[in-house]
Amino acid sequence: MSFTIANTIDDVLTALAAGARPIAGGTDLVVGARQGKAPLPADLVALDRVDELRTIGPEPGGGIRIGAGVTHATLVHDATVVGAATSIADASALVGSPATRHVGTLGGNVMNGSPAMDTGAPLMVLDAAAELRSLRGTRRLTMTELWTGPGSTAAEPDELCTALVLPAESDRSGSAYVRLEYRRAMEIAVVGAAAAVTLADDGTIARLAVALAAVAPTIVAVDVSAMIGHRVDDNVLAAVALAASDTATPIDDLRASADYRRHTVGVMARRAVDAAVRRAGGEPIGVPVNRSIGIGVAS
Amino acid sequence: MSESFQLRVNDVEYPLSVDQGRNLLGVIRTEIGLTGTKEGCDDCECGACMVLIDGQPVNSCSYLAVQAQGREITTVEGLAEGDELDRLQRNLLEVGGVQCGFCTPGMLMSATALLAEHDDPSDDEIRIGLSGNLCRCTGYARIIEAVRRTADGA
Repeated sequence: MSFTIANTIDDVLTALAAGARPIAGGTDLVVGARQGKAPLPADLVALDRVDELRTIGPEPGGGIRIGAGVTHATLVHDATVVGAATSIADASALVGSPATRHVGTLGGNVMNGSPAMDTGAPLMVLDAAAELRSLRGTRRLTMTELWTGPGSTAAEPDELCTALVLPAESDRSGSAYVRLEYRRAMEIAVVGAAAAVTLADDGTIARLAVALAAVAPTIVAVDVSAMIGHRVDDNVLAAVALAASDTATPIDDLRASADYRRHTVGVMARRAVDAAVRRAGGEPIGVPVNRSIGIGVAS
Repeated sequence: MSESFQLRVNDVEYPLSVDQGRNLLGVIRTEIGLTGTKEGCDDCECGACMVLIDGQPVNSCSYLAVQAQGREITTVEGLAEGDELDRLQRNLLEVGGVQCGFCTPGMLMSATALLAEHDDPSDDEIRIGLSGNLCRCTGYARIIEAVRRTADGA
């Protein structure tokens, strides 16, 4: 049994190589252990004092690098994230409660691998890569490569997710994340959808990506290539909803039936595309989209 | 196996020797003996166990005590100055925002963190600030009013 408080990434990698498991805010690990889902690992290395993991900055060569230890509370307000990766701010604003957001991190959300994670669909539509480091070296995986099933990733036990790296965004781009929820706080997505769009000069869709949460063993992408070159209208939004529902392979559980999830994820996908297109066109829609378009707003 | 470390709670250092799997809530209540912080759901849902770590709200039921070393921990006992309640505590009593009282310590800690960050929060910001705290008695309106009054300088 050991508990190591790391101050540098190298401290963490050394501890992982010796068999320790990482703990950031503990909002999944400690809660899971207390619920009896999985015992607390015998050897832990704490990441919350590693300053190198808690920065947001430009990626050399273009794009944004978000340290894996950045908390949800920071992501909600960070000007770079809100400006160029708005869907991540939308998602972070919905995670847990203020207490969860102050200790929970982007890297923790990603590496916990829940198919219902809020930040996952935004990262996928923004073409993010997860940077994994170990004493053996550094590699980058796409989100599709990273998530292999519910609660599992392609990372080796000695690898630490150090950053999520986003490519540079074109002009006239926007993204959004919308989820179905039964309450405003301490909620897990019933279903969720993210969209990222780039508009051409003539206002048609030059790039579109849609990804879904809580309807498959992992976050899943929807094939929306048929929408490229079209102007966004009701027909396109209806086609997006249909494609999302067709992509979903949800389960029945105590929060929703599979049929309800399959239908509502289409509605969320449609709303996400609509909000992303409006943002791409310069319309300011506040973070999170859920509150701005009236989901869960106090009457 | 026990870990030996110190926790700083309400400006007092407490030397401890506890298992690394112990949660902060249990250590504050049973090792340190400050029982103002409550155990409600013990599952990160209700917020009765809310404490501040370096000024930020944390569910102490689901936070490892050993991870809080080197940080400033504030519990509800740290709000009053001697026998003098702080303004938020007094306003909560005066507007009737306390009924059974079980959620009150957690509400006070979340509201304290909120007011430290926003000196003039909107009602929606107050609701979001308290969104991790459940109250089954008051219906929340008077708790929100107490936070509002405190922000307004009462």
